[in-house]
Amino acid sequence: MTAEVRTGAPAHGGLRAWLLAETVTSPAQARAQKLYLGWRRFASNPLALIGLGIVVMLILLAIFAPLVATYDPFAQSLERRLLPPSGAHWLGTDELGRDIWSRIAYGARITLMIVLLVALIAAPLGLLIGTVAGYLGGWVDVALMRLVDVFLSFPGLILALAFVAALGSGLENAIIAIALTAWPPIARLARAETLTVRRADYIAAVRLAGASDLRIIVRHIMPICIPSVIIRITLNMAGIILTAAGLGFLGLGAQPPSPEWGAMLSTGRAYMLGSWWLAAMPGIAILVVSLGFNLLGDALRDVLDPRAS
Amino acid sequence: MSEPILTVDGLSVSFRSPQGVVQAVRGISFTVGREKVGIVGESGSGKSMTGRAILKLTPPSAQVSARVLRFRDIDLAKADERAMRAIRGDRIGMILQDPKFALNPVQTVGRQIAEAFRIHRSASGAEAKDRTLAMLEAVKIRNPRRVFDLYPHEVSGGMGQRIMIAMMLIPEPDLLIADEPTSALDVTVRLSVLRILDELVSDRGLGLIFISHDLNLVATFCDRVLIMYAGRIVESLPAIELHRAQHPYTRGLLESLPRINERRERLPVLTRDPAWLTA
Amino acid sequence: MSGPVICVRDLRVSFGRGASLIHAVDGVSFDVAEGEVFGLVGESGCGKSTILRAISGLNTEWTGSATIAGRPVAHRRDPTMARIVQMVFQDPYGSLHPKHTVETALMEPIRIHGLDSGARRIDRVLTEVGLSPAFRYRYPHQLSGGQRQRVAIARALILEPRVLLLDEPTSALDVSVQAEILNLLSDIKRMEKLTYVLVSHDFGVIAHMCDRVAVMNHGMMLEELTVEDLMEGRMRHDYTRDLYEASAGYSRRLQTRADEADAAA
Repeated sequence: MTAEVRTGAPAHGGLRAWLLAETVTSPAQARAQKLYLGWRRFASNPLALIGLGIVVMLILLAIFAPLVATYDPFAQSLERRLLPPSGAHWLGTDELGRDIWSRIAYGARITLMIVLLVALIAAPLGLLIGTVAGYLGGWVDVALMRLVDVFLSFPGLILALAFVAALGSGLENAIIAIALTAWPPIARLARAETLTVRRADYIAAVRLAGASDLRIIVRHIMPICIPSVIIRITLNMAGIILTAAGLGFLGLGAQPPSPEWGAMLSTGRAYMLGSWWLAAMPGIAILVVSLGFNLLGDALRDVLDPRAS
Repeated sequence: MSEPILTVDGLSVSFRSPQGVVQAVRGISFTVGREKVGIVGESGSGKSMTGRAILKLTPPSAQVSARVLRFRDIDLAKADERAMRAIRGDRIGMILQDPKFALNPVQTVGRQIAEAFRIHRSASGAEAKDRTLAMLEAVKIRNPRRVFDLYPHEVSGGMGQRIMIAMMLIPEPDLLIADEPTSALDVTVRLSVLRILDELVSDRGLGLIFISHDLNLVATFCDRVLIMYAGRIVESLPAIELHRAQHPYTRGLLESLPRINERRERLPVLTRDPAWLTA
Repeated sequence: MSGPVICVRDLRVSFGRGASLIHAVDGVSFDVAEGEVFGLVGESGCGKSTILRAISGLNTEWTGSATIAGRPVAHRRDPTMARIVQMVFQDPYGSLHPKHTVETALMEPIRIHGLDSGARRIDRVLTEVGLSPAFRYRYPHQLSGGQRQRVAIARALILEPRVLLLDEPTSALDVSVQAEILNLLSDIKRMEKLTYVLVSHDFGVIAHMCDRVAVMNHGMMLEELTVEDLMEGRMRHDYTRDLYEASAGYSRRLQTRADEADAAA
């Protein structure tokens, strides 16, 4: 039960008034108002801002890698190998004398690419399969969900290993393999969400208007599922990064000399006792970025989840 | 109706929102004795928030203030959460619209009612069971032993609401707050539930606050009616005199009801006067 | 007035199978004349809404026959019926897509049927349901219950159907808003020359709106009454009389037969 009577609305002018106005005069304003209220809820959570900050840092690091890197990430120099962190080499150097900070900066590009490509493949695939299964029901649902069960019955990394073994090692194949393991949980989520709305009156109304099944799924059911899919995939990012690092660590992902964080961690392991920074620095990078995506996902859930509002 | 069971004076409830402060209840005052008091209003009138504020069950974002909020000899305004827990259920019961949400789905209804008794009265299991069966009989359940062992999903809406009444009345409270207790029920079932509530309330000398949107029902069921609009009580009168209501809002509501025995071309539409917000 | 616009014969709908088979609608027949308001009244689970879902085409699993405006209602999805029959639902909070603005919701039927001058049509129906064009860009959560129900009515009108099926259109609304919506429905019916089937549990609403009413119980039609019979309490069945008396409010003396039935359950 809400009261409609408001008192003391603050008299800020300009943009804020436009964003909170009762009378909306354009679709753009309607969308902007929705975004603004969502942003206010997001920004009131400090952990959300930390998560967003980390992800933005990763993106900036990837874009401006050539500017922030102090050395060529591939330049080897045997007389400067295994140097500890110092003013010249902020995070030290590796066993071939390459600057670890510069390699992590360039490695951010690889990490970001993995994350983006996996998200772009897995999210639409999972969304489509889940909504189709949930809306159509019957044998379509049974067939698609058994397929999902098959994929879900293996741990993600094991399945990715199997795909890489079949496709051959390399970054592209690693991305495809990870995407193939990332869609089933999303499909299951989208199906569950679809089941809750398929009997809603607004779906009945658009069916009465004569809409086709495809139109109902794409224009009416998918928008309902998208927020939870975005939340899920953001929360899964940490797992995706770890799987990618794991494949790199096992030598099945990005190949040397590419500065992929997992591969760096893997080679650093051999020098752990004498030169801890080789393994620790990429390890910290993986940890921080995973944490960032997790915090962001949690915060997005608070903002986007329709059940909360 | 000598001394009131509940005295409310200057009760206000407000919320903060991005658009400013929202006043849900604006300084209302009333008393409840051994009688059935109806609170009627439309959605957003603050009637439910009033019921919750008495039991301090408002959401955490709500700010509640009152000059006097006294139940018997207890100052509810000063009572802390621990004191309130002892009062809720034991001395003030609450019945909500949908019993499905108020009952634990994985426990039999009999156990839940017995539990409600044992929390507040130190009694043996056998005694609690006896009392529960007697209470189920009191709410006109034909076969109490069978119903005792049913789970909440196995009972109909009308039965569920009678079980809620049994659960709320078994610790013998002094005051019962019922928030739309029969709105989810069919008309014929509604009447039988109301009859049970009516009998128990009169026999045991309870005070009842009956919150509803249904003017007809409140007028025929309660002793006294408070009409709320935008967080204020705009009118308070004996239920049998509701048709002689003076306030234009009450009059407007009564007029706008479709009638079964009179056909009007158009229903008179309520025009809201901004002066009602301050009057 | 020529022959009936809606003609339903021996309609049966059942759910489940085997031991849990429920006959939700058990052999119902009725006619509705052009321009008439036909009421279906009964308690929850009596099958009144199920009838609407069958003849609107939302539920295709039924037997019997139904024609609307001379066209047989098909047992599969039939988009061309959308321009003949539309429906307004009970819950104004559940009948609008939460992520679509009013404009998107109204534009959707126009796009599906490839009609022209969408903006003009939207302006026209919004005016007709008493909403200013400023509401076009609102989301459902920015509207009150009455405004949402107006949008739902506008959506039902935008394809210019001949028959509106109204499933408890005001039972989720406040009394004062109910009066506005009922007046609106009366006005629209007169202007657009529509035929209504109105489902309700409220005898007051039925008496106010309908010309004729059928009383339903356990999937069957107990009796059909004219509104005059209803208003003067001339009903044949005890069950109808119980409903009629219960609608007047609470009374200590009144002892309904449902009391005993309920207690025995």
